[in-house]
Amino acid sequence: MSDETIDDTDGTDVDAATEPEPEPKRTLTVTVDGRPFEAQPGSMVIDAAIAAGSYVPHFCYHPRMTPVGMCRQCFVEVDGPRGPMMVVSCMTPVAEGQVVRTDTPQVKRAQEGVLELLLVNHPLDCPVCDKGGECPLQDQAFSHGPGESRFVEQKRHWEKPIPISDLVFLDRERCIQCDRCTRFADEVAGDKLIHFISRGNDTQVMTFPDEPFSSYFSGNTVQICPVGALTASPYRFKARPWDLDQRASTCTTCSVGCRTVVQSTRDELVRYQGLDVESVNWGWLCDRGRFNFESIGSDDRLTTPLVRGESGLEPTSWTGALGAAARLVTEALESGGPRSIGILGGARGTNEDAFAWAALADALGVTLRDAQVGDGLPTEVLGLPRATITDAANAPTIVLLGPDLKEELPVLYLRLRDAAEKRRSRIVELSSVGTGLSRYAWKRFPYEPGLGAQAVSAALADPEVRDQLARGPVVVVAGRGNLAESQEVATATLASLLDGLTGAGASWSVLPALRRGNVVGALQLGMAPSEGAGGGLDVLRAAAEGRLELLVLVGSDPMADCPDTDLARRALAGARRIVAVDTFLTASSEQADVVLAAAAYGEKDGTTTNLEGRVSGVVAKVTATGTSRPDWMIATELGLALGHDLGFGSVDDVTDAIATRVPAYAGVTRTAVARNVEGVLTEAPLAFLPPASSSAGERNNYDYRLVVSRTLYDRAVGTATSPSLAHLAPGPAALVHPLDLELVGVSAGTEVQLVGARSSVVLPLHTDATVPRGTVRVRFQQGGGSVGELVDASTPIVDVRIERL
Amino acid sequence: MPRLTDANVTIAKEIIGRYPRPKSALIPILHLAQEQDGYVSEDAMRHIAELLGITPAEVYGTATFYEMFKFEPVGRYCINVCTNISCQLLGAWELLEHAEHHLGIKAGSTTDDGMFTIEDVECIAACTEAPALQVNYRYRYRVTHAEFDLLIADLRAGGLADEIPPHGTLARVRQRTPQNWADTGRTAQAEVDAR
Amino acid sequence: MTDTPTPTSYTVPGLVPTGPRLITARFDVADGFTYDGYVRTGGYTALRKALTSMTPQQVHDEVRTSEMQGRGGAGFPAGTKWGFLPPDVFPRYLVINGDESEPGTYKDRMLMELDPHQLIEGVVIAAYAIGAAQAFLYVRGEMALAQERLAQALNDAYANGLVGRNILGTDFSVDVTLTWGAGAYIVGEETALIESLEGERGMPRLKPPFFPAAKGLYMQPTIVNNVETLSNVPWIINESGQAFHDLGAPTSTGMRMFAVSGHVNRPGVFEVPNGITTFRMLFEAPEYCGGVRHGRSVKAFIPGGASAMWFFDEHLDLPLDKPTVDQAGSMLGSGAIVVMDDRTDMVAACWRVVRFFARESCGKCTPCREGTTWLERILKRMLDGHGRADDLATLLDVCESISPGLAWPPRQTTICPLGPSAVSPIASAVRRFQHEFEHYVQHGRPIDGVERHAIHGAGAHV
Ligand SMILES: Cc1cc2nc3c(=O)[nH]c(=O)nc-3n(C[C@H](O)[C@H](O)[C@H](O)COP(=O)(O)O)c2cc1C
Ligand code: SF4
Ligand code: FES
Repeated sequence: MSDETIDDTDGTDVDAATEPEPEPKRTLTVTVDGRPFEAQPGSMVIDAAIAAGSYVPHFCYHPRMTPVGMCRQCFVEVDGPRGPMMVVSCMTPVAEGQVVRTDTPQVKRAQEGVLELLLVNHPLDCPVCDKGGECPLQDQAFSHGPGESRFVEQKRHWEKPIPISDLVFLDRERCIQCDRCTRFADEVAGDKLIHFISRGNDTQVMTFPDEPFSSYFSGNTVQICPVGALTASPYRFKARPWDLDQRASTCTTCSVGCRTVVQSTRDELVRYQGLDVESVNWGWLCDRGRFNFESIGSDDRLTTPLVRGESGLEPTSWTGALGAAARLVTEALESGGPRSIGILGGARGTNEDAFAWAALADALGVTLRDAQVGDGLPTEVLGLPRATITDAANAPTIVLLGPDLKEELPVLYLRLRDAAEKRRSRIVELSSVGTGLSRYAWKRFPYEPGLGAQAVSAALADPEVRDQLARGPVVVVAGRGNLAESQEVATATLASLLDGLTGAGASWSVLPALRRGNVVGALQLGMAPSEGAGGGLDVLRAAAEGRLELLVLVGSDPMADCPDTDLARRALAGARRIVAVDTFLTASSEQADVVLAAAAYGEKDGTTTNLEGRVSGVVAKVTATGTSRPDWMIATELGLALGHDLGFGSVDDVTDAIATRVPAYAGVTRTAVARNVEGVLTEAPLAFLPPASSSAGERNNYDYRLVVSRTLYDRAVGTATSPSLAHLAPGPAALVHPLDLELVGVSAGTEVQLVGARSSVVLPLHTDATVPRGTVRVRFQQGGGSVGELVDASTPIVDVRIERL
Repeated sequence: MPRLTDANVTIAKEIIGRYPRPKSALIPILHLAQEQDGYVSEDAMRHIAELLGITPAEVYGTATFYEMFKFEPVGRYCINVCTNISCQLLGAWELLEHAEHHLGIKAGSTTDDGMFTIEDVECIAACTEAPALQVNYRYRYRVTHAEFDLLIADLRAGGLADEIPPHGTLARVRQRTPQNWADTGRTAQAEVDAR
Repeated sequence: MTDTPTPTSYTVPGLVPTGPRLITARFDVADGFTYDGYVRTGGYTALRKALTSMTPQQVHDEVRTSEMQGRGGAGFPAGTKWGFLPPDVFPRYLVINGDESEPGTYKDRMLMELDPHQLIEGVVIAAYAIGAAQAFLYVRGEMALAQERLAQALNDAYANGLVGRNILGTDFSVDVTLTWGAGAYIVGEETALIESLEGERGMPRLKPPFFPAAKGLYMQPTIVNNVETLSNVPWIINESGQAFHDLGAPTSTGMRMFAVSGHVNRPGVFEVPNGITTFRMLFEAPEYCGGVRHGRSVKAFIPGGASAMWFFDEHLDLPLDKPTVDQAGSMLGSGAIVVMDDRTDMVAACWRVVRFFARESCGKCTPCREGTTWLERILKRMLDGHGRADDLATLLDVCESISPGLAWPPRQTTICPLGPSAVSPIASAVRRFQHEFEHYVQHGRPIDGVERHAIHGAGAHV
């Protein structure tokens, strides 16, 4: 079907975002197989019929995509002006008084006829097909189909599964041409890289030759394929559906918190599927979140606690390790008092983990703590009037001031892209380099790193923007788009934006775009810096300056996460002792004196809080690796070893304690979380952003201003230890505008030296037309010459020279 | 493999200008590419995707739907013998068999010298003149076997070069965008956008 | 062998029910396709009349009065169709369907090659009547000469201020964009044509909700009309809608072009008064086809394009009148008549038509994509001498899955009528000549006395 997408790629003429339509309150009464049923106006007969309990077989219809009516399987009979008519229920809207019959002989004949035709060319390889056992086509054929095929001719033959991307295989012989994957690529992901080609009986799904379906969302096509035509390499031949055991959970790869179904067989995680919840992910997942379960079973996982001995870190018993850790705490308290201990972490764990560690810190009187290491925004952001994802996706105006959502919060990107494509929202983007949403933006205000305030003024002075702001609620998506720009500058830009919006009379709210899975939960549950104590960077500075007797890393990896690598390195060297709780030995935890092996997602129960403050459950589906334990348990036992009984005998105790002790979590009881597939929304106390100065300063004699930004695939441990994903990281590179590449005078791909005030790194130079001239963009955490060496967290911005080697 | 030449990019841009939305120019520009190279190359499809702001997969999806686009070189002369009902009734299969025999190739293939491709095609709208065929989409009516042999000889000798351009060239007269082009297309786009 | 159609094809004999030649008159004028030739023979007078002395509403009223039925196949009255445009929704588009590809159909190509200005004049008048911002003239890809002649004609028409900005000095402007397909029969279906015009694969849209008049090109109101339909418009404006109505029969007004091909002595394209002429007159009158070849008799004939149900000798005296033919269980469709004499192999004929639909299915609907190919393969297997006992039953069952009830007009499990069209020849031939099919199954060869064709290897998907 034709759509109304705008062909224009610069996105400047996105159509008017109209007022959000008033919720249709009225329902319609339709009769389905003799039973009256209240249906939503605008919904299709198939929705009503299924909701009313009459199953209508279908293949091409998917409730999250435009109906196309291709498979012709969903026939029902509807009374029309000229008697009963057979219609495809997926494209027939409900109407008042409609009489629908799903089981007349004519309907059954039509459905069986179509089924027989669908099977004409479908191979009979169910026994070796991944989909066998959970295949609607197989089920239909079993219950309704003729026993034996009358088709005696040769079936269609095509080369057996061909890889169409790094993660997805396509078996065209099994394809039933339902247009789901291709529609997904077009409508939902916006990556039109797979398409129907050829015609008629030769119609097949294909990519352009040599242009793979490299979409961050490719795994969804596997999930929605109604047959086994699309399979994902991490799951192929891993399990049979009837051997799978599954539980609903939440993805914690990023802070969107997509709901998932976690599936395992024989105590091994084998598959994550997206769960369709209205408020968050609509059933979608990004490929990183879908496939990084592989890391949980990685051979590199820590299986026992480690204690530093003569020959480095040596495995030990939990008693030994906890005793050693307790001794280090006691020594630190004795020699430097609670102010000589710093705790970083919590953003990678559950709410229970964060809360237990915060409780332990409270018991010990430790105030130096943070769930972030200079890679986010101040905690106060969480206290600003909070928007939900749904608020953002329905707001007439969305202002983006933060990271590339496609790279960092992919499913939020899908939701906002949908809002822009369906013309509900207009996007105003303020950023230093182009992002995935740039092409859908109504207006863009690019700015040189450090000078965001100027872009804010320009945007707010634009008469069209001012008109647009008057159209209704404005949602600001706020985060860190550039890790080379200091947190202060980013905060000041945000503050000036919010001031300006207030001044313009806009009613605004903020959706915090912080990245790490449970960063919001950790900050809300006690891992935020206490007032006046300074944040994660200050903890690192204290360590670097030798003021810390003990640094505790709870799933925190400053060497990888802190934008300022030098500071992280000095902090780890400067802390007298280090205790790390971790699932892997990282560049940070390998420097610890005691390493406590932690259980990972999928191995522990609990709750997590997403970026909108929505709390949902995570579940243990497999036994924890080795002797590893959940963080909350480690905190509790360490407390006991130190003579502090935190009172937690089970994870449920911690969940209950959160609900009773933390006001914002008052409604977040275990039953509420378990019952509500959408999760439970918490409210945050209102706060105001601290005033911050933002003087980026004149450009010095360095030519390029630095942007450091994340990509979906990087060398983060969860990705690096998932074999299917590890090789997808694009690798280290510096990116400049094509004309700047000419100016440097090298060809694309040549290694050059980026020289900063503090250090220099060698990186291959490539072009990126979305990088403005005079700016150089480097991807964070890609290995190779670490760009973190150039970043100085204490300066507002970073300027560099590009030198030929 | 060739992209569009600069001259053809100019023509392509003029064609795009005649439609309210760029993608509408896709099929005409695919013809342009086929006119340039005799077939539609992958590079040409990539280039067209760039010009229209769509993905190569979209170009490919549309291009492969239509029979006339070839993705590998074909003969200089594509001989399409209609075998549909009216022609079948009057000996089209016999003509096709004769053609295959005469050229020593099967329908759907090309002679070794790259001169001729034969195809067994559907109705070409010359039903009253059966059996009919087209050479590069130029008609030949009520073709006898002897006339077919003569036709091949003529084509080989270059005797029909004026009348029948090489495969890929359809109309030799192009619509121009004249002075008094009302530009209603653009107005239309503005109106669509205003909605 | 000539490159332009043989003149005999265009001769409308003066005998049998005569009528004026509305749209083929210029076929005999050597330079009728040029601008000078067209103007010299009275061209563009209707456009001047419409633009300078009539309101769009008056133009529309004339066409409505004429009750001209669309010539593309469905036969829907043009004036009524124009009236479906929702008021006040702009821009709206006019799309001219010159994708003529229905087997047997041969008339739009002649109109485009031999009288392109007449079409352009009709297009501009129609655009004026319906308030179209832009018109798209979509010509079948394989028609190189038609494309050249139309391109030249458009360039000349623009140069003479007859298309484009401020036509004839009035404040009416319309652009006509010449565009062409690339080989896909289904693109003749109007919603597929629109998809193709949008640069997409030509796959039909479901109606409802996508009725072109409401949601057509770029989801804007759109009128799709056939080439022959619009070629009649200048005459209607010059001579009045009533004058058109007075020609032909009240139930099928005006003159109409029919292409008669197959086993007749003088196949040709004739412009005849609608509803008055009978099939027999067309086939037998020396002024038309001059009888069945070799003095044989008619075994079957297709009255309106490959999609139509076949007719037999008892239908010869039916007039070429839409309601009459509809009632008799077929259609006049696109004016394509194919005559098969008594030596015709019905199974081979049936197969050939089915292969056409199998090859041309767009692939969108399961029943059409899978079913038409299956039908074709069974028939081909029969022809090849490998028929099976249950083949005939399977054929009819698959037909039933595509077109429940095997009724006419077909009911369909598909989006567009292409799939069900493949059922027509089977339903027709099997109903009447079941023994020929059975003979193939039993003996691996046709019944005695029919002509065999040198069909070789060519299934739908080789
Ligand atoms: C499968 C199919 C093929 C068609 N092919 C053509 C065609 O080649 N030319 C045409 O004018 N109409 C064709 N039509 C009819 C068009 O859909 C449409 O009805 C017609 O162009 C309207 O013009 P009219 O009202 O002037 O007849 C076809 C319809 C179908 C279902
Ligand atoms: S019936 Fe056939 S041609 Fe028509 S839309 Fe369906 S698949 Fe395409
Ligand atoms: S589900 Fe309705 S046609 Fe496929």
